[in-house]
Amino acid sequence: MNRMPPWADAVIVPLMSLIIAFLVSGVVILAIGESPVEAMTIMVRGALGSTYGWGHTLYYATNFVFTGLAVAIAFHAGFFNIGGEGQALLGGLGVALVCLFVPWPHWSLALIGAVVAGAAFGAAWAAIPAWLRATRGSHEVITTIMFNFIAASLLVYVLVHVLRPQGSMDPASRRFPPETRLPRLGDMADAFGIPFSKGAPANISLFLAIGACVLVWFIIWRTRLGYQIRALGKKEKAAVYAGISPVRITMYAMLMSGALAGLMAVNSTMGEANRLINGAAEGAGFIGIAVALMGRSHPFGVALAALLFGFLYQGGGELSLETSIPRDLIIVIQALVILFTGALDNLVRWPVQRAFAMLKGNR
Amino acid sequence: MDFMTILQILDSTLRLATPLLFACLAGMFSERAGVFDIGLEGKMLAAAFLSGAVAAVTLNVWLGLLAGVAASLMMSGIHGIASITFRGNQLISGVAINFLAAGLTVLIGQHWFALGGRTPALLGGGRFETITLPGVEALSGVPYLGPLYAELISGHTILVYVALLCVPVSWWLLYRTRFGLRLRAVGENPAAVDTAGVSVVTLRFAAVMICGLLCGLAGAYLATGLSAGFVKDMTAGRGFIALAALIFAKWRPWQALGATLLFGLLEALSNRYQNIDLGGVVIPVQVMQALPYVLTVIILAGFVGKAIPPRAGGEPYVKER
Repeated sequence: MNRMPPWADAVIVPLMSLIIAFLVSGVVILAIGESPVEAMTIMVRGALGSTYGWGHTLYYATNFVFTGLAVAIAFHAGFFNIGGEGQALLGGLGVALVCLFVPWPHWSLALIGAVVAGAAFGAAWAAIPAWLRATRGSHEVITTIMFNFIAASLLVYVLVHVLRPQGSMDPASRRFPPETRLPRLGDMADAFGIPFSKGAPANISLFLAIGACVLVWFIIWRTRLGYQIRALGKKEKAAVYAGISPVRITMYAMLMSGALAGLMAVNSTMGEANRLINGAAEGAGFIGIAVALMGRSHPFGVALAALLFGFLYQGGGELSLETSIPRDLIIVIQALVILFTGALDNLVRWPVQRAFAMLKGNR
Repeated sequence: MDFMTILQILDSTLRLATPLLFACLAGMFSERAGVFDIGLEGKMLAAAFLSGAVAAVTLNVWLGLLAGVAASLMMSGIHGIASITFRGNQLISGVAINFLAAGLTVLIGQHWFALGGRTPALLGGGRFETITLPGVEALSGVPYLGPLYAELISGHTILVYVALLCVPVSWWLLYRTRFGLRLRAVGENPAAVDTAGVSVVTLRFAAVMICGLLCGLAGAYLATGLSAGFVKDMTAGRGFIALAALIFAKWRPWQALGATLLFGLLEALSNRYQNIDLGGVVIPVQVMQALPYVLTVIILAGFVGKAIPPRAGGEPYVKER
């Protein structure tokens, strides 16, 4: 009964779960007296109907690729990193410090500095839960949740007491110098003579995110470290027997996870906001969970899921402007995606398995 | 700091600890039966919303309470079906429930009341009134004891006393009844319970439903006792503080009371003082807000008394064939 071709597990099951999640979302929209078809039309028009919409969709998707990969790489090692939100906040702090206090001559150098700082700060914030998990067995789910809250308090403290410019009431840092401004998709398309909205926040970090997908794929499936990470995630005892050090691999996996979450800030804090604001991660750390679950922890799946959530985010924003459906609809859809592709996975998997078993039995 | 200030701080400590205590005991029942629950926050939020909404419409706080508990039980039902029936990942289910509640409360609230996710402010019968215990008058002349009785012990809503009463009741249920023994056993070694002919699924569902009931009380208290009506995201991380308190208490009822009172005190202090001056060293309010989480990480790290969760926690039970 447990025989099912791998492609069915990788494609059919998540796709059907996703369809169920969206059907239930449609029912929710009906229940609040709106038309799901009309809502979908507005969302598609708002997110994909113009280069402005695409620029926003891709901007959000970039965030979600980073946080999705962060959750995915931890999943491969058998850990559930709910701390993406806190790690992204710390990544933002790292990016902001580098942008504010280093006199960069050109954005390309600033980008390298920000990547290093964002990844390092994010990884550092994951390091303590990782170390506690590896050496003391403290459950990483609880510690990373706690670290999310600690990060939020820390960021408010730093913004209010350290980085806030004198005389400003707003808990935010001053603007980054113009040398650190990353080229946006509009600027880049301009160079090739392609018309693309200049107001949209999608920027060069998009290519950084694509690079991160390739890199994560390479590490997980093409290196010794990736093999060790997957072995640890599948069966810790067998991994230990094979001579893999669980402490070392746990640290590597969680540090990479934190670094990826931290990199999100290059896109949001440096690429879009141009200053460090309060609550800069905007829940993207949590969306990473949905993205990783939907993408089955595979970088390609993560990229597709991130694009879908980018569409939902931008489309949902437009929806709240044009109808009385609040933006919070996205949170419901996100919850349903997590529920059906994650926790209620067996709701689809068991019948599919049975169907395949029957097909085999008949032959 | 004079006596009255201390009394006022302790008084608000008790008020603020009440939802934490309900939620903490809720988590205790679920996790002691081997079902991890990081969805306490979502259940409380759903309960707070529906109790606030129903109390605002019917002007009857008891109907509000019932509706709140029903909302929380529904969320528990989802958690039970996902993590017990379909043997899904309990942590992922909890995350889903938190988001489901966060989104649905605003979506439905906006649809019903069009107040940006809030429910109308509760007046009169829509709120829980404070109870003045007998003897306040008689003791009013006595120094220290009089104000202590009037401020701290008397003058709370009924749910505060119910929460306190839940502590010995939970202790008795867990440690002095057959149900409690089985519930604890199913969280440590479900196979043994199954061998003894007791249904693991039924026991775990019972535990998850008790959790839903208590989370419902916690949420209803937030919307109809502590404040007057529901506002968006009004749980504000309390579900996670309760989770922290549960670990702090090492999954035991009396210690849960201590832990939630401690975290309630921290919240009361940070509400009252922006910065606390300890003889030259100024503690910013953000430190107070982060302290429950920091303390929990330290406890989890096992440097100060190791917290060991129930052994079968987080694992779906698969019956041997």
